[in-house]
Amino acid sequence: MRGIRAWTVWPMLWKEFIQLRRDRLTFAMMTGLPAMQLLLFGYAIQTDVRRLPTVVLDESRTSESRALVSVLEHTDNFRVVAAVADRGAARRWIERGAARVALVIPPDYQRAIRRGETGRAQLLIDAADPQSSGAAISGAQLAAAARGSQLLAARLVSPPVEIRVRPWYNPSQRSATFIVPGIVGILLTITMTLITSTAIVRERERGTLEQLIVTPIGKTSLMLGKLVPFVLVGYVQMTVVLLLGRLFFDIPLAGSLALLYGLSLVFIVASLGIGLLISTVARNQVQAMQLSFFFMLPNILLSGYLFPRSAMPEPAQWAGALLPLTWFLEILRGILLKGVGVRDLWTELGALAAFALALLALSVRRFSKTLD
Amino acid sequence: MSVPPADRTPPVNVAPAVRTRGLRKTFGALVAVQGLDLDIHRGEVFGLLGPNGSGKTTTIRMICGLVVPTAGSAEVAGFDVVRDTETVRRSIGYMSQRYGLYDELTVAENLRFYASVYGVVGPTRAERLRAHTVALGLEERQGQRAGTLSGGWKQRLALACATAHAPDLVFLDEPTAGVDPAARRVFWDLIYRLAASGTTILVTTHYMDEAERCQRLAFLSRGDLIALGTPGEITTQFGAESVEDVFVMLQERDEAARTSAPVP
Repeated sequence: MRGIRAWTVWPMLWKEFIQLRRDRLTFAMMTGLPAMQLLLFGYAIQTDVRRLPTVVLDESRTSESRALVSVLEHTDNFRVVAAVADRGAARRWIERGAARVALVIPPDYQRAIRRGETGRAQLLIDAADPQSSGAAISGAQLAAAARGSQLLAARLVSPPVEIRVRPWYNPSQRSATFIVPGIVGILLTITMTLITSTAIVRERERGTLEQLIVTPIGKTSLMLGKLVPFVLVGYVQMTVVLLLGRLFFDIPLAGSLALLYGLSLVFIVASLGIGLLISTVARNQVQAMQLSFFFMLPNILLSGYLFPRSAMPEPAQWAGALLPLTWFLEILRGILLKGVGVRDLWTELGALAAFALALLALSVRRFSKTLD
Repeated sequence: MSVPPADRTPPVNVAPAVRTRGLRKTFGALVAVQGLDLDIHRGEVFGLLGPNGSGKTTTIRMICGLVVPTAGSAEVAGFDVVRDTETVRRSIGYMSQRYGLYDELTVAENLRFYASVYGVVGPTRAERLRAHTVALGLEERQGQRAGTLSGGWKQRLALACATAHAPDLVFLDEPTAGVDPAARRVFWDLIYRLAASGTTILVTTHYMDEAERCQRLAFLSRGDLIALGTPGEITTQFGAESVEDVFVMLQERDEAARTSAPVP
């Protein structure tokens, strides 16, 4: 190909590394952004709701009713903040927002159990936020089932059906375990697109691109010189997040680190390709930034980073499949949490490689060595 | 891997440094350059004059291969700028209005970078750059970041970068805009020294004292060549006292035309 003059890539790389070393903003983005994102998302986004403030209206006042309260408290979903005298008081606690849950145990609760009937209690939940109420509801049901089995066992009767749940890969069901690997992916997407697109547009704004175009430097050399240093930036970021994730959130590493780093290269290149593509469209750095952020939104919403894709309507799932991040998240969670090997990741790898090649080819085509 | 072009001996070639025939560029409805015929001889300092928007920069950009002509042809040393763009690029140096320097890189690093992309590499590079640095009076500033240089020094460094590969032809697009008179004088001394060593120079400028220093001039007005010759010939042709008078005259004529027939 006429466009490739391999020797011109070395001066490009040399120059880019000097610029990278001296550009404080990029450096800050490399190290500060991962740390900030990790702490922000790792701690703030806790989708698992624990210790909802609860008031108890115990009209039974018996050992059975007290046992029920204690079983609920043991699930760690509820935290009893007060005992109330009547239903009106319970309602007011919830209305004020001081309590999210009210447990009502009727006077005949113990009597019913002792007679061999079903002891009925009521759980009133502020379900305005379905996520936290969902956790409370399932917590309460589990607690009731547990208490039920205990009572049956005391009567020397075994429960007719029992399902024992074993949550694999994330046994304590912490959301950080799910979120932190995703942060690696979302972070790489943000910075790789942003750095690449602004770096090239900056050259255009400052007039150095015009200068480069009149030199014999090849189009491919020019782009490679821009991309290779950023691959390194990507790896540094990834390492920072993985280390911090291990330190602060006990993120497991079930699979091979070498495999993870190897497959990440394909994703990084795909993200850089998006940045390149943006740079061929954007006229200035502000536009490049806006476009990069515009691209972020579907990534956050549709990739399965925060919200499970299986819960999405089908068109949203298809749209998500068009994002490299969606596939990379499978790889990240697969290797970190489940310890899967490359054998189970061919589909993901294939999709990412296709994205990377297509994006690079498209942007090299679009990037013309003329100004008009 | 191709051979670094700067180490190749140039073929014997008698074609003019630049030859354009019917060179034309339109941007939509706007005609930037309308059919330009121009011959620039080897080793001359050629000035391209004209008010803003007269097509000077577009002309230079077409000859450098930065902008593709809409019609017509341009040749540099006999090579077509569209067909043999890369051959042309190796033999020219280009200094844009914006200098094209990397602020984060030092003076020496900028020079080294631009020399390397033109294939000036290896042990010859160090020697060549040293001589070049001395010739342009940049040796004391070598370690300074380009971003912290004053306008005059930036301009000198930009010239150094554009000529580090010893091109046969150098394009200078308004090289002295926004630079103080002392720096402008130094700069023109450098241009003459380059010309004395056989380099062809094509320069655009707004300053008429600079225009008088060119060996030949071309006046552009609204994308059209309206005068061509030595400064003396042009002043005689228009019956003016100086090149500046010609320039003002043309500009007034331009403005009169613009008010009678507004450009879209």
